[in-house]
Amino acid sequence: MDLKIPNPVRPAFDKVDNPDAIIVNIGPSHPATHGTVQIIAALDGEKVLRTDVHCGYLHRGFEKECESHTWHNLIPYVDRLNYCSALINDFAYCEAVEKLMGVEITPRCKYLRTLLSEYSRLADHMTCIAAALMELGAMTAFLYLVTIRDYVYEHLADLTGARVTYSYGRIGGLARDLPDGWLRRLEEILVQYDEWVGRIHALVDRNRIFIDRMRDVGVISTADAINWGYTGPILRSTGAPRDLRKDTPYLAYAELDFEVPVGIKGDNYDRYFVRMREMDESVHMIRQCVDLLDEKGQGPINVDDRRCTFPEKELVYTEIESLITHFKLVMDGPNVPAGEVYSAHEAANGELGFYLVSTGGGVPYKVHVRAPSFVHIGGTHLMLDGYQLADIVPTFGSINMIGGECDR
Amino acid sequence: MGADVFDLIRERLAPRVREAGLSHGILALQIAPAELLPVVQELKAQGFDLFLDVTAVDWPGQDPRFEVVWHFYSTTHKVRVRVKTRVAEQDPAVDTLVPLYGAARIMERECHDMYGIVFRGNADLRPILLYEGFVGHPLRKDYPKQQEQPLVPYRK
Repeated sequence: MDLKIPNPVRPAFDKVDNPDAIIVNIGPSHPATHGTVQIIAALDGEKVLRTDVHCGYLHRGFEKECESHTWHNLIPYVDRLNYCSALINDFAYCEAVEKLMGVEITPRCKYLRTLLSEYSRLADHMTCIAAALMELGAMTAFLYLVTIRDYVYEHLADLTGARVTYSYGRIGGLARDLPDGWLRRLEEILVQYDEWVGRIHALVDRNRIFIDRMRDVGVISTADAINWGYTGPILRSTGAPRDLRKDTPYLAYAELDFEVPVGIKGDNYDRYFVRMREMDESVHMIRQCVDLLDEKGQGPINVDDRRCTFPEKELVYTEIESLITHFKLVMDGPNVPAGEVYSAHEAANGELGFYLVSTGGGVPYKVHVRAPSFVHIGGTHLMLDGYQLADIVPTFGSINMIGGECDR
Repeated sequence: MGADVFDLIRERLAPRVREAGLSHGILALQIAPAELLPVVQELKAQGFDLFLDVTAVDWPGQDPRFEVVWHFYSTTHKVRVRVKTRVAEQDPAVDTLVPLYGAARIMERECHDMYGIVFRGNADLRPILLYEGFVGHPLRKDYPKQQEQPLVPYRK
């Protein structure tokens, strides 16, 4: 069969001045590109002269799809943005809708969301570091980190019923309260985390091969990082202590004691180390949240507001008002007043913002996601150009581009 | 902390801004398309160094049809500003912000993909999330959700 497939991308350049240079295509189906990104690189020998990075291979029309579902029905979709830390997406989205509705969540919900956000950040950073280390050949380190991540996933499955895409946030609350013994198991996992992550530090921190591959590779300055819209661990690795949890505290972060770890020069090693230190801070915050839950976080997890909260199932079957509320919430969706809102959380990769426009009623008029990964891809060439071809792999790994949120 | 810089911006930009107000803690400025560059230059001078986002909202039946929306964040004042302007369907063009913010480059490409907004001066408006040769702008309200344009024909 004569099938001609047109090229989906037009490269930014098809020739370079250097007569020795060649242009090669890396990805989108290459193991080191995590399956969804394409890098067109001009090479002089092993040296990268110029790169053109393309994303979009995971585009699935998320924002278009959102315009024809009720506000509640979007929660499973937002889970699939950054699928390594789906709960943070849930909570950022729910908070944006709650701002539009003028809903204030209960204290228990606030502490639980904070705890689970940090727990998700832990899993996300572990995934990133594990993948980046494995791409450098550190299989043992990968297995150590994925072991502990699997404990976290199984533990979250006990709470939410799913390992990765939880659909656990609700507008005005959460899907369900903690099961018995959940916090006890949490502490066990945190103790094991310390032990396993200690081994990672021992394996790679002063490892000559690791340092040679990571130190002074993929360097970005603070000024460049800010100019190119970088947020999250990448911006912090350049030495700028910018963290929305400190700068514009949301949820319960104002009540928590934590540090914002920063790097020295914004290279791959700093990005690795900032993430490792952030995980320690997350564990510290999780323990504080457990105490706060006990002290101030008793009571209901959902607000008592019929515009958004589903009534108890038992009442739906026995009481006409609850039945109607349930029916209206399912069929029409929560009644969100007209308006617009931009609300951002510090996700594992950086500023995750939701820009929502409502014209009133149960279905959004527009949902736009400010996805950190997408912005980061826009400046990736700064960290690739001028280094070796082999450096693309660890640099790209340390950027932690997540296709789900980048391509939407 | 944010209130001071908001007052300062409102005062300095008063002649250029049609409407200014607070929206959930964000200063929202409504401007004419021609005022974009001077307004953003002033914002940058006041410390709004992080270009967060640019997107558009389609209001079919209204004139001008498209609302282009930018968000900026100040890493010193730790507050956000939203800038909005309206452009008509016949000539949906605004000035590019690439000379001021590198991050605008990729996000303007996305906005061009999805809404067909033209950013004058951005030389690189190639498709980013869509593919070369894609017809139409999928986030416009008149683009049917179910419409398919497969690059590779489906197997029979």
